[in-house]
Amino acid sequence: MKYLEEFRDVATVKKMLYKLKLESNKKIKIMEVCGTHTMAIFRTGIRDLLPDNIELISGPGCPVCVTPQGYIDTAIELSKREDIIITTFADMMRVPGTDSSLQKQKALGANVRMVYSPLDAVKIAQDNPDKEVVFLAIGFETTIPTIALSVKRVEELNLNNYSILQSLKTMPATMEGLVLDEEIEIDGFICPGHVSTVIGVKPYEFLAEKYGVPAVVAGFESGDIVFALYKLLKMIQDREPKIENVYSRLVKYEGNQSAINIISDIFEVTNSQWRGLGEIKGSGLKLRNEYQNIDTEIKLGISISREKKLKGCICGEVLKGKKTPLECKLFSKACTPVNPIGACMVSEEGTCAAYYKYGKK
Amino acid sequence: MDVITLAHGSGGKLTHQLIDGIFQQYFDNEILGQKNDSALLPEVNGKIAVTTDSFVINPIFFNGGDIGKISVCGTVNDLAMSGAKPLYLTVGFIIEEGLAIEDLRKIVKSIAKTAKEAGVKIVTGDTKVVEQGNADKIYINTTGIGVVTRDIYIGGEMAEPGDKVIINGTLGDHGASIMAQRGDLDFDFSTESDCCLLNNLIEDILNTSNNVKVLRDPTRGGLATTLNEIASQSQVAIELEEEQIPIKAEVRSLCEILGVDPLYLANEGKVIVIVSEEDVEKVLEVMRKNPMGEDAQIIGTIVDSNDSNVYLKTGLGGTRILNMLAGELLPRIC
Repeated sequence: MKYLEEFRDVATVKKMLYKLKLESNKKIKIMEVCGTHTMAIFRTGIRDLLPDNIELISGPGCPVCVTPQGYIDTAIELSKREDIIITTFADMMRVPGTDSSLQKQKALGANVRMVYSPLDAVKIAQDNPDKEVVFLAIGFETTIPTIALSVKRVEELNLNNYSILQSLKTMPATMEGLVLDEEIEIDGFICPGHVSTVIGVKPYEFLAEKYGVPAVVAGFESGDIVFALYKLLKMIQDREPKIENVYSRLVKYEGNQSAINIISDIFEVTNSQWRGLGEIKGSGLKLRNEYQNIDTEIKLGISISREKKLKGCICGEVLKGKKTPLECKLFSKACTPVNPIGACMVSEEGTCAAYYKYGKK
Repeated sequence: MDVITLAHGSGGKLTHQLIDGIFQQYFDNEILGQKNDSALLPEVNGKIAVTTDSFVINPIFFNGGDIGKISVCGTVNDLAMSGAKPLYLTVGFIIEEGLAIEDLRKIVKSIAKTAKEAGVKIVTGDTKVVEQGNADKIYINTTGIGVVTRDIYIGGEMAEPGDKVIINGTLGDHGASIMAQRGDLDFDFSTESDCCLLNNLIEDILNTSNNVKVLRDPTRGGLATTLNEIASQSQVAIELEEEQIPIKAEVRSLCEILGVDPLYLANEGKVIVIVSEEDVEKVLEVMRKNPMGEDAQIIGTIVDSNDSNVYLKTGLGGTRILNMLAGELLPRIC
């Protein structure tokens, strides 16, 4: 804890902010890709303390927010079956499908259980041999290694009543998609810290080398974020795009090799559907052929529903950083954390939820 | 192992065994001893305060307390928040068949012990038994009756610009402790629930100042939600200083792991005191002398604004709005 306090030290962070103001002279747009960064930025009030020429835009890094509505609808349909137990990370519970949510289904008697890890879901499968236990496998590289571990565990235990409904995403390909999107101008990225603990720094290097966009891997304390902004500002002003790591206390250049290995053992790259962004090439992962018996869609002979567009909701543009929640007609009126319409309002990490919670109404 | 069966709720012989063998034995007093359909209470001088609350906590035995202790503390504290001296409690049990009688005995003993500490008598009660699966072990409802003898009025609508906000100690201990003990979270977490009686602390506060405007215990929804209620009732805004808000490092760490905000976590032994600026120091001093207020802190100020917002000034100098809790606190995915 004491170690962490240094990254929260108010005097130090204020000094850094002062330096940032002193040295910034160019209008720049920085995207924080990760939802936890979005929350941290709001929680600490950093946004209000930045010089006017630095604009922070929130990216598509909240795993719940980018999960397509069709996926939620499919999970809801499965939850209606007597022979199925749905297991899920907690913040998927409130995500609205077309007509319901898992929370509502649970209230109506569906067997939906919140777990902290897919390994807990495997245990539920062991304890309920007469039920099919479906784990809602969503998220980025942060959660994928434990999902891969659950697949390995199922193989070891020879369990045949566990499967995963997949909507797994990878971060670097998505960032490339954002750089290539002509409607979005991004001068630099704050890369997600948690994802980087797994994949390391190397996978982002193409951003600087291929596209000239600098990026900084950062932690989540105020000191981490302000320091990352300062580094980005310097690189942009000096026209020296690089990938910097200011989260070296947890992130190694090469990442966590055993986590990377287990991911590639179990999964292979595929295209992926993102809520509001459509399909992004090479931005998803799917089970390798030898694990198809653990793929819920194949096992149960179903396919994930097509996404229906939510009327009036601009989550797609918000996820791309094209618009802020304040530009959405539904924000804080029809769409609130109590009654979320778009996914960005559902998850604690969602941009709309952060804007609402931290008072940008 | 002896367990509660539906027969214990039938009103027959087993019900009477339960009443005589457990409830009467531990709750024993002359009013309960009347054994009639309603208890007749002696006359009291002053305004009568009444409050009721139901307790459905899981787990029923937790680090720092149990459902019995919390069902007395919660209701006694609610009476104290109105400036009332707690006098009597009623206790209603809804028990799921299969509950170990020994567990019930433990809970009843805990109720009796806490009631004795609070100086209240349990004057009437009720027991119902429901089939397995129709309740989660045991639910308890308590109604509290107290008397207000002071010539004061304390209420959520009384906060005025310039008043100060005090909290009697660290926030989120109960919510974090319960979360850490629930499910399969294998956390090595030592912070206990702060479940405790606050009537003595409130007594000390009210003996010190006649300028206490609001007393409120920030239970469900935590500090942020309760202050929003007060801001709305009083038509004022509240400015909090983040750095002054006491939160245990262990609670903060657990919240960071789970992605929840400690300002929204439930407390069961905390009181928000809103008092005039002129009396704030002497109230703070007397609170710190009481074991239930050793870590008391001034955490904010009431400001003149009818937007009814609660503002949090962060350590860096930024400001954010603390809204009411929306929905249920759900841990984040990553």
